[in-house]
Amino acid sequence: MSEIPLSHILFVSTALFFIGMYGLFTRRNMITMLMSIELILNSVNINFVAFNKYLYPNQLNGIFFTIFIITIAAAEAAVAIAIIINLYRSHHSIDVEDADELKW
Amino acid sequence: MSYESYITLIPLLPLLSFVLLGLFGRKYFKNFSGIIGTVVLLAITVLSFITAYQYFFVDGKVNDVYQSIIPVKYIWLQFSPNVSIDMGVVLDPISVMMLIVVSFVSLMVHIFSLGYMKGEERFSTYYAFLSLFTFSMLGLVVSTNIFQIYIFWELVGISSYLLIGFYFDKPSAVAASKKAFIVTRFADVGFLIGILILAFHAETLDFKTLIERLTSTQSSQFISITTSSFLGVSMLTWGLTLVFIGGAGKSAMFPLHIWLPDAMEGPTPVSALIHAATMVVAGVYLVARLFPLYSFDVVALNIVAYVGAISALLAAIIACTQTDIKRVLAYSTMSQIGYMMFALGVSRYGSEQGLGYMASMFHLFTHAFFKSLLFLCAGAVIHVVHSNEMKDMGGLRKLMPITHIAFLIACLAIAGIPPFSGFFSKEEILTAAYNSNKLIYTIGVFTSMFTAFYMFRLYFSIFWAKTSPSPLERGWGEAAHGEGTLSMKFPLVVLTICTVAVGFIPFASFVTSDGAPLETPIDIVFSILPVALAVAAILFAARLYRRQNELPEKISTSLGALYRSAYKKFYIDEIYLFITKKIIFNLVGRPAAWIDKNIVDGFMNLLATVTAKISAMIKGLQSGKVQDYALYFFGGVAGLAVLFIYLGK
Repeated sequence: MSEIPLSHILFVSTALFFIGMYGLFTRRNMITMLMSIELILNSVNINFVAFNKYLYPNQLNGIFFTIFIITIAAAEAAVAIAIIINLYRSHHSIDVEDADELKW
Repeated sequence: MSYESYITLIPLLPLLSFVLLGLFGRKYFKNFSGIIGTVVLLAITVLSFITAYQYFFVDGKVNDVYQSIIPVKYIWLQFSPNVSIDMGVVLDPISVMMLIVVSFVSLMVHIFSLGYMKGEERFSTYYAFLSLFTFSMLGLVVSTNIFQIYIFWELVGISSYLLIGFYFDKPSAVAASKKAFIVTRFADVGFLIGILILAFHAETLDFKTLIERLTSTQSSQFISITTSSFLGVSMLTWGLTLVFIGGAGKSAMFPLHIWLPDAMEGPTPVSALIHAATMVVAGVYLVARLFPLYSFDVVALNIVAYVGAISALLAAIIACTQTDIKRVLAYSTMSQIGYMMFALGVSRYGSEQGLGYMASMFHLFTHAFFKSLLFLCAGAVIHVVHSNEMKDMGGLRKLMPITHIAFLIACLAIAGIPPFSGFFSKEEILTAAYNSNKLIYTIGVFTSMFTAFYMFRLYFSIFWAKTSPSPLERGWGEAAHGEGTLSMKFPLVVLTICTVAVGFIPFASFVTSDGAPLETPIDIVFSILPVALAVAAILFAARLYRRQNELPEKISTSLGALYRSAYKKFYIDEIYLFITKKIIFNLVGRPAAWIDKNIVDGFMNLLATVTAKISAMIKGLQSGKVQDYALYFFGGVAGLAVLFIYLGK
């Protein structure tokens, strides 16, 4: 079985990144937006792991970075959900369009 | 007792009472602020008399000539080693004389006001303002420095403004106070420029040094001021004339006199103090203070003389036609100050030629007493009648015997009838004028005749004339006020005694242009003409006004246009209004306003409009939608990435 070229993996991660981006810009539901952000983060993780494996197979830097990002993403999800709950309490909605007081 | 120990108290005590009454008067001393003011004035009057005694009889003379003494001098602002603004006290014959006049008349007015202003809502404020005025005026007369005199000059201006506008709920009083302030301020611009010219060339602001430098023909300063000229006139003449313009504004000389008649809107005792006896003679005092300098410059002296003479005659003619008694007295004041001015103008420096100087100061001295007496009498009359108009009065001599006698004596004094004080000073002035300028002498004699006429017109209209309806029927009876309180009668009596007595003071041995005593015998033959004219004018006034008759009406109709224009004050107010409203407003004011509104404001409005437009255009970006922001952010990052990738290489 021949080796999968790096570009294939980068295609996957780029697709994942733009799917996440599309979700982030089009969904009004904050939970969906949070999930889109997770997709973006995961595409980054894939990049790290792939580059680590293909460019510097003897080192673990990329792997460690990925673990860091997963940890931080967990923390970030907790904070984001806390914000969403608070938003729901004050606005009775988790639609970002309803929280637009900070405009001109 | 040396001067240093008490001389600064003379101006500073009234300042203290001003601060005290002004800050706390209305709250804490509502009922006895008048007493406080009067006691302070009494103290400084006593101090002034002590000073005068000390100066004139003990240590003022050196070799039979009065020297100027500077007991206190304090450098206030030092510009350079030579030029400084000092605050100090100078004692010389004229300043000591003015100390007595100011403090004494002010004391009388303080006492009179105790009765006159009683029950006034702003009684304490009134006394505070009177104290402020007294402080400023005393500071003015003892000034050692030309800038010090300018500072106090403005202070008397502001206290005059405050007191004219004392009844600030009356629009006419507000207008009058503004008019007085603006006209005198306008004249003071001339004064300031004059000060700057003199001080620039003399390189000092100190009176004594300034006079010394500019009167010694060898000094470099003298050469510099006489050789430099502007429009063909030497700077000395310019400087002195501009200083005189300041004096003319304060002293209500033609054509800057328009504020004085209107200033009669203030309380009557104020008119007696400020607009008759003290502040309005500040201009005369200023010229006298710089007299050694003026005597070097014939052109400036001639301006002083002719302006004085024209004012004297013009005001006397106007006074004959006015019907408001305070306005008559105001024009009379202007006329008498005109006398003082032209007496200075015809005088020269030195013993014999200095007669006019001495006569001017003498007239200033006697005028202060009889004119403040006239005003206080007018105040007493107005207090009873509640009107300023002559036609509302008449037949008051039975009702107000003391006021009647006092007014009669003051009228005789101002008309120049011997042996009252005005006679002596007026004779000196006419003698001085006769010796130097026959035209001015003629004007002086005519003015003196008019003076006798209008004063007795006033006298007869107030105290004689109509007897029906009787005073009691008109509701002025004893029951209402009587003649006023004791505090109102007392100053009248004191000032009457002064009016009779001060003429006998051998004034020429105290106050002369060079300090040396002067012999001034009264020439009987010379005084026949003016006295005879004055008596004739009095008899004429008696014929016209002693009983009500048709004659005054007929005469005024037969004089026609002349009478009307004199009644309208020769349309000088109208000329001023024409010049300011039609010419200055239209040619200067409106274009300036147009530039301000359209160009200056327009530029600012343009900036504001552009900013507002731009912000309206870009405010849509700030939509409040989080995803839009994220999109911009992403766009920005993508843009930067493209930039770095393709341009960073």
